[in-house]
Amino acid sequence: MNTASLNPYILSLVTFIPLAGSLLLLIIPRRDRDIKLFALAISLLAFVASLHLPVHLHRNAAGFQFEINKQWITTPNIHYHMGIDGISVWLVVLTTFLTPLCVLISWTSTHERVKEFFILLLILETALIGVFTSLDLFLFYFFWEATLIPMALLIGMYGHGRRVYAAVKYFLFTMIASVFMLAAIIWLYSKTGSFDFVEIQNAIRGGHVESFAAAAQWLFLGFFIAFAVKVPLFPLHTWLPDAHVEAPTAGSVLLAGVLLKMGTYGLVRFNLGLFPEQSRQNAWWIVTLALIGIIYGALVSLVQPNMKKLIAYSSVSHLGFVVLGTFSFTQAGLDGAIFIMLAHGIATGGLFMLAGILYERRHTYEISEFGGLATPMPKYASYFLFVVLASVGLPLLNGFIGEFLVLSGAFQARPIYGILGATGVIWSAGYLLWMYQRVFFGVVKHDVNKTLPDLNLREKAALLPAAAMALIMGVAPILWLSSIDPAVRSALTAIPQSIAKVVGQ
Amino acid sequence: MIITALTHQLPSLLAQAQAFTPPTGSEYMRILPELILSLFGMIVMVVDPLLDEERSQKPLGAIGLIGALAALASTYVMAQYPGAGFWNMVRVDGFSVFFHVLVIAIAAVAILSSYEYMSVQRIRAGEYYGLILFGTVGMCLMSSAIELVLIFIALEISSISTYILAGFRRREAASSESSLKYFLLGSFATAFFLYGVAMMFGATGSTNIDAITHALASGAIAPLVYVAVALMFIGIGFKIAAAPFHIWTPDVYEGAPAPIVGLMSTGPKAAAFAVLLRVLFEINAPGRFWLVWVSAALSMTLGNVGALVQDNIKRLLAYSSIAHAGYMLVAFAAQPELGTSAVMFYTAAYAAMNVGAFAVVSHFANAGEKYLTLEDYAGLGRRSPMLAATLTFFMMSLIGIPITGGFFGKFYIFSAALKANLVGLTVIGLINSAVGAYYYLRVVVAMYMREPRGEVPVTPVPFATGLAIAACVLATLYLGVVPGRVLDYATQSARDLVSRDGRVARVVALQ
Repeated sequence: MNTASLNPYILSLVTFIPLAGSLLLLIIPRRDRDIKLFALAISLLAFVASLHLPVHLHRNAAGFQFEINKQWITTPNIHYHMGIDGISVWLVVLTTFLTPLCVLISWTSTHERVKEFFILLLILETALIGVFTSLDLFLFYFFWEATLIPMALLIGMYGHGRRVYAAVKYFLFTMIASVFMLAAIIWLYSKTGSFDFVEIQNAIRGGHVESFAAAAQWLFLGFFIAFAVKVPLFPLHTWLPDAHVEAPTAGSVLLAGVLLKMGTYGLVRFNLGLFPEQSRQNAWWIVTLALIGIIYGALVSLVQPNMKKLIAYSSVSHLGFVVLGTFSFTQAGLDGAIFIMLAHGIATGGLFMLAGILYERRHTYEISEFGGLATPMPKYASYFLFVVLASVGLPLLNGFIGEFLVLSGAFQARPIYGILGATGVIWSAGYLLWMYQRVFFGVVKHDVNKTLPDLNLREKAALLPAAAMALIMGVAPILWLSSIDPAVRSALTAIPQSIAKVVGQ
Repeated sequence: MIITALTHQLPSLLAQAQAFTPPTGSEYMRILPELILSLFGMIVMVVDPLLDEERSQKPLGAIGLIGALAALASTYVMAQYPGAGFWNMVRVDGFSVFFHVLVIAIAAVAILSSYEYMSVQRIRAGEYYGLILFGTVGMCLMSSAIELVLIFIALEISSISTYILAGFRRREAASSESSLKYFLLGSFATAFFLYGVAMMFGATGSTNIDAITHALASGAIAPLVYVAVALMFIGIGFKIAAAPFHIWTPDVYEGAPAPIVGLMSTGPKAAAFAVLLRVLFEINAPGRFWLVWVSAALSMTLGNVGALVQDNIKRLLAYSSIAHAGYMLVAFAAQPELGTSAVMFYTAAYAAMNVGAFAVVSHFANAGEKYLTLEDYAGLGRRSPMLAATLTFFMMSLIGIPITGGFFGKFYIFSAALKANLVGLTVIGLINSAVGAYYYLRVVVAMYMREPRGEVPVTPVPFATGLAIAACVLATLYLGVVPGRVLDYATQSARDLVSRDGRVARVVALQ
């Protein structure tokens, strides 16, 4: 079968398979097992469909591929324009890869309103994929906002203790920040008459946008604040620990695994893509915030008594690396930034799944409640160690590649960036391994923990793909970098002086 | 000066009076929807005494609904007869057809959602449905009248009907308070409008919109014109619940019957916006900019801040309606053409989502409107998933999340404002809509994330209410997914209304 004939439709298919599945779920009778199996089948189908993308991607071609561009609304001039390049392709696959794992990990932890849970999960998947595939700013904003509601409902309906507070905080932070992006988008539309990313980019590069020079800094900030909250960049990160701690496991996995990447993806695609000049001018303080985030996130992680909060703050730290790499404007830095986005999605997704498995057994995330778990749960302990090592950045696992690339890019830009960033690697080894030691080593302190059951087949089925992927990405990063690299190069050609200037200093 | 103008005009007025010609058949076609609505209103009143009081509600509602639907259908006939009629007092154009369809549709949905309400609250139906239909006549006329005195009369027809409707829960003191408050403040406001009309007549020698347009465009503008514009703005500002003339809104909305609030927060409001579009944009009123700028900024801010602390959902939606009036006023500071089409679209989107929200509220409020606080909504998502999902959808539309009509409404408003370089007002508006997200979200949070309280009954949704809610969902979705057709229509009629060519053509026709 010639699957290449699917090329013009594949993005729409991948994006809307989960949504179609969630609509079908509406009419499926409320038998929990059927609903779960159906959700699993749909998410696997979306994953298989999304594999079409890396298989058929032309790795060295510039510009966007698998494009589809149809008029949606005439006034304003909104197009259904989708397309991906070597960067976004992997984020799409990351989303479809993590969703079936989320379904598996939620199999028994969701007791009531099961149907709604999986409907929300699938709607969220569609919205997330849409964010990475949209090339029309309006469409992008639509999917961006569309991620908000299912995620807030997942936290608020299925979360733990202070779930309502966390859900509302999450919603308001993101909503208020994205209003600024909307203002910037409307401004661009009112001056260019288009929402098309490529058209606007060309108009800006050609200097055809009226009074752009005066507004550029504000537009840059408009986009930046929306993305910075999502990343989250210090000091806009305060919603994240709350959201993570209260969210159900699947929510945390998608939140850390994919939602945060919407922010960093936005920075690369829109801030660098549309405003290279302003990116360069603002890089110094953005990098400073990223470095503060790396170190601050790590230090706060170190003292967390709550396992999930610890992982949440470690995300603040890891995502700081992504921002550092992005605003180093070097080939290695950007390659690494994109790679960390994927690696962090797998590793932190894995950590949250592991934390969720423990929560199902003990209904607590407090580290002090555990200790010596390696004795009753040896398989669990080995998976945990593997994922922790991936997250720490052990060579041959995926975390290492990204951090190495980012740090080498940061050293090229300015040695001090690299030096400060490198301390983050050390810290992360500290807090993660210390947490591992407290939870797994020593004698079993609490009697309830002595009889905890080890991983069952379903849990292994959820963890194994993540662990395997961490290994494959660490051993053969070239499979990913071979498409990331050309895409980054074409993004960087837009800012030639920028490289010279930053590197020259 | 007024006297000179009068004496100047007197001969021509007399000549007009002498040359009286009866209206032609096509002129009657131009007010066909109004005729049908009045007819059915009278039928309702006549049939009412013939029916047994206990069982009169359903048949009377059906007559009212048929009347509204017939009037809705007749707008198609009306649209085939564009042009002015009745001695240049009404004009059928794209603009007036748009508002006719809108307010009649609102009335039809309000009647549908009243079906259940009437029997649950034990309210006599005859006057109720009659008044809705008569009030709709007023609203329709407001949008097609091009004679300030007729606009005033239409405004009174619509207002007096709503004053009475607000007091229909006769057993409740709050409802009487609502009615009286609305009546007193409303009469006060219409007096302002009338005063403005008189001043305008004094300054330009006419009360006809086309003649005023001509006078303002051709000569130096008398200071009196500014006063007239300001006074008319105050009068209409009251009707649309714009700050600082908004104080009455929460109390009136709280006391009035819920389906009527759905109606009066959208129907008369849309009609009042139609009038405002005529007296500010069509005549190209001078000195309007800061008036609307300040009022828009105040309405958005006071409305949203006020809504933050409300626990009663009717009061919450009342403050939200103040805020939405503010968003719409933003467009009045923009260029006429873009502003007009943006306002037209917004009135439609706001009507769809707000009438829908009130339909859900009035169903859920139950006998005596007991269940109105956010606490009562706790756990609704679990106990009545469909109802909660639709209310969530309306809330998302009120916030302005994409694929809802509310989003495109805001979008057009703010892009019109940015086109006119109103960066300050746009930023105020966008920040406000972000603040607004919080209180709409509180409703959603209550429904989905709080534990249900046992004693609040959830009754099954009857067919008529379901139909009303479904119509609102579909309309909100339609405006949110394929807004193109409605917007194109609005843009075209706005162009006819406020473009130079359109104005010139009408002035020529006048002479």
